[in-house]
Amino acid sequence: MNAVKSPGRPLLLQGNEAIVEGALAAGCRFFAGYPITPATEISEVMSYRLPAVDGTFIQMEDEIASLGAVIGASLAGAKAMTATSGPGFSLMQENLGFACVAEVPCVIVNVMRGGPSTGLPTNVSQGDVMQARWGTHGDHPIIVLAVSTTQDCFGITVRAFNLSEKYRTPVIILADEVVAHTREKIYLPHPEEVEVLDRIRPNTPPEWYIPYEDNSRGVPDMGIFGDGYRYHVTGLIHDIRGFPTQRPDEIVPFMNRLFRKINQNFLDIQMIDEAFTEDAEVMVIAYGSVSRSARRAVWEARQRGVKAGLAQLITLWPFPRQLLEPLLKRAKAVLVPELNMGQISREVKRINQGATRVETLNRIDGNLITPQEILGRLLKL
Amino acid sequence: MAEDTKLVHKYLRHDKKFPHVWCPGCGNGILLGALIRAIDRTGFEKDQVVIVSGIGCSGRISVYMDFNTLHTTHGRALTFATGIKLANPKLQVIVIMGDGDATAIGGNHFIHAARRNINLTAIIVNNNIYGMTGGQYSPTTPYGALAATALYGNIEQAFSISELAMMAGAGMVARGTIYHASLLDDLIERAILKRGFSVVEVISHCNTQYGRRNKLGGAVEMMRHQKEIAVRVEKARTMTEEELKGKITIGILADRDLPNYTQEYKKIRDAAKLALQRVSPPI
Repeated sequence: MNAVKSPGRPLLLQGNEAIVEGALAAGCRFFAGYPITPATEISEVMSYRLPAVDGTFIQMEDEIASLGAVIGASLAGAKAMTATSGPGFSLMQENLGFACVAEVPCVIVNVMRGGPSTGLPTNVSQGDVMQARWGTHGDHPIIVLAVSTTQDCFGITVRAFNLSEKYRTPVIILADEVVAHTREKIYLPHPEEVEVLDRIRPNTPPEWYIPYEDNSRGVPDMGIFGDGYRYHVTGLIHDIRGFPTQRPDEIVPFMNRLFRKINQNFLDIQMIDEAFTEDAEVMVIAYGSVSRSARRAVWEARQRGVKAGLAQLITLWPFPRQLLEPLLKRAKAVLVPELNMGQISREVKRINQGATRVETLNRIDGNLITPQEILGRLLKL
Repeated sequence: MAEDTKLVHKYLRHDKKFPHVWCPGCGNGILLGALIRAIDRTGFEKDQVVIVSGIGCSGRISVYMDFNTLHTTHGRALTFATGIKLANPKLQVIVIMGDGDATAIGGNHFIHAARRNINLTAIIVNNNIYGMTGGQYSPTTPYGALAATALYGNIEQAFSISELAMMAGAGMVARGTIYHASLLDDLIERAILKRGFSVVEVISHCNTQYGRRNKLGGAVEMMRHQKEIAVRVEKARTMTEEELKGKITIGILADRDLPNYTQEYKKIRDAAKLALQRVSPPI
C-alpha cells in the first residue's frame, strides 16, 4: 500500500504536514496554491521547505492559476503539486481537464470540508468524492486516492506522485479536515528507503521523437521543455505529433489510449486495506477518517463475537470493483458509512448486483461518524 | 524577402500544420513574422524558447512555431507560463494572448503577473473583438461599436491594455500595430531581452468579424487606419491632449528597472537554506 519499506524516525505531525513530507520525499519541487481552510498548512509548510531544497513555492492569485502554474512547472520538468479544499477544487476543474488530455503529471490535494459553497469551512466532510471523479468536463479517466491517517498522508502522497509520473495523469488525493488536522505519531522513513518513480523520458534522437505515439504501456515517453525535444502541447484533441485534429481515425485511438493506460493497470492502481475480512459475515466499506472509526467498531464487534470485517478503500477512482466483488459475495451484509449523502455507497450498490445487502450510514452535520454509531449498526446488520 | 524565407524555414513547423486557420487579411500572420524575426535577433536557441498561447485566433500561433510550444486554456496562458519560468528560469517564455483572453477571462492573471514582475514576455493581440467565436464584444471593443452580442452598440467602456499593464507594475510596456511591422520586430525583441514582465500590446484588426460589421472596410483599410491614428511616443510627448484625441501612441511606453520575481526568489532560497542551518530543521 505505502511506498515505504520500513519505519524510520518517529515524529508528531498533522496530516497536512505529513502530506508535505510525502511530497518532498517523492521529489516534489514545485508548489503553487491559494489559501483555503482546511488545506492552508500545506501551503505554509511548503513555502519554507521548498526553497530550502532549491524548489519553488508560489502563492497564486486563485486556484485556477495555481493548477495552471503546476501544469507549466511539470511540463518544464518539475514534480509539482497544489492543495486546496472544495470551492478551490471546483475552480481547478478546468485545468484538471487540460492535465488529463495533455497527459501532464501532477498531484492535487483536496482537503474536504463541508459544502456546497462556503459550507462548513472548518468541519469535516467527504462530499467531493464525485467531484473528484466527474468534476472536470468531458470523458476522462482519473486516479483518486483517500488518506485516513498521518502515516497515510506520507505514504499515499508518495504513491500519488509515483502513479502520476508513471501514467502521466493528474492524481487527486482526497484528505478531509479530520485527517488533515489530527496530530499524531508518524514514522518518516529514510529518504533512500522511499520508492520513487519518475516519468519516462525519451532517449531517441529528437528528430525521431513522436510525443504522443502509442506503446504497450499506453503512456508515451515525456519530453520536457528545454531538453531538446521540441513539441506541441495542447488542450485540443491531438494526433500523435501533438497537433490538433478533428479526424475520427485520430480522435478514437487517442481517447482509447487515454482510458487504456489506466484500465489495463487496475491491479497496480487499485488499493484497498482489508482487516478481518477472511471470515467476515458483516462488513464495513469505508475510506478517509471514517475508516478509522470503522476499524475501531469492527474490532469492538469482534470482541462481542460478531464476525465483522473492514475493507478500507485507498483508491476511490477507478473504483476498486475487482477487489471488492469477492468480499461482497462472501458477506451477509455490508455497511457503507460516509460523510455525505451516499456517494461511495452508490458505487458499492452499482457493483453489488444483488450479491449482498448494502446499508448506508450518512452523516452531514460536520462531525465525524463515531465508532459507536458504526458499531450500533454493525450489531443490527 | 529572401531573408524572411530563410527564417520561415528555420522557425516554422513544416509537418502537417499548414495552411493556417486565419482569415485572409488577418493581422496574426504579420505578428507571427515579427515574432520569428525578433526571436532570431535575440539569438536564443529554439530549445531555449517556450511559446505559450491562450485560446482564440491568436492562440493558434503556437502550433505553427518550431519551439517548445504550449496551447493552454482560455485566459490561463500566463499561469502556465509562470510555472514554466519558475521551474526552469533558463527558458525564455513568450506568451501570446488576445484581448478577450488577456483582459476578460484572464484579466486577474494578467494584472498579477505584471504585479509580480515575473520574467515573461506577454504579447497581446488587440483586435477589439472575440473573432474565433463570431464577433462578440470584448473588454477592448470601443464604446458604441457593433458586435454579435452588441447589435445596438456596445455600452461598455474599453480597457487600455497598456495602461493597465503599467499601473499593475509591468517592467516594460510597449505598443505597436500590425501596420508598423518593423517597429513590432524591435518592440518584441526588446521585450524578450527585458528582465521582468514585459508587455507588447499589438493593435490589430479583425476585418472578418469587426471591420465588416462596423463598416470599416477590409484589411487594407483597417491597416491604413492604424497608420493614420498611430503616433510615436516621442512625438506624442510634444502634442497637446486635444491633438492626441482619437490617436494611439506607439513605441516603448514604459521601461523600468523593478525587482523581478525570479531574482527575488533567489533571496528566499538563500534565506530558507540559512534558516535550516541555523536552527534544527522542522523535521
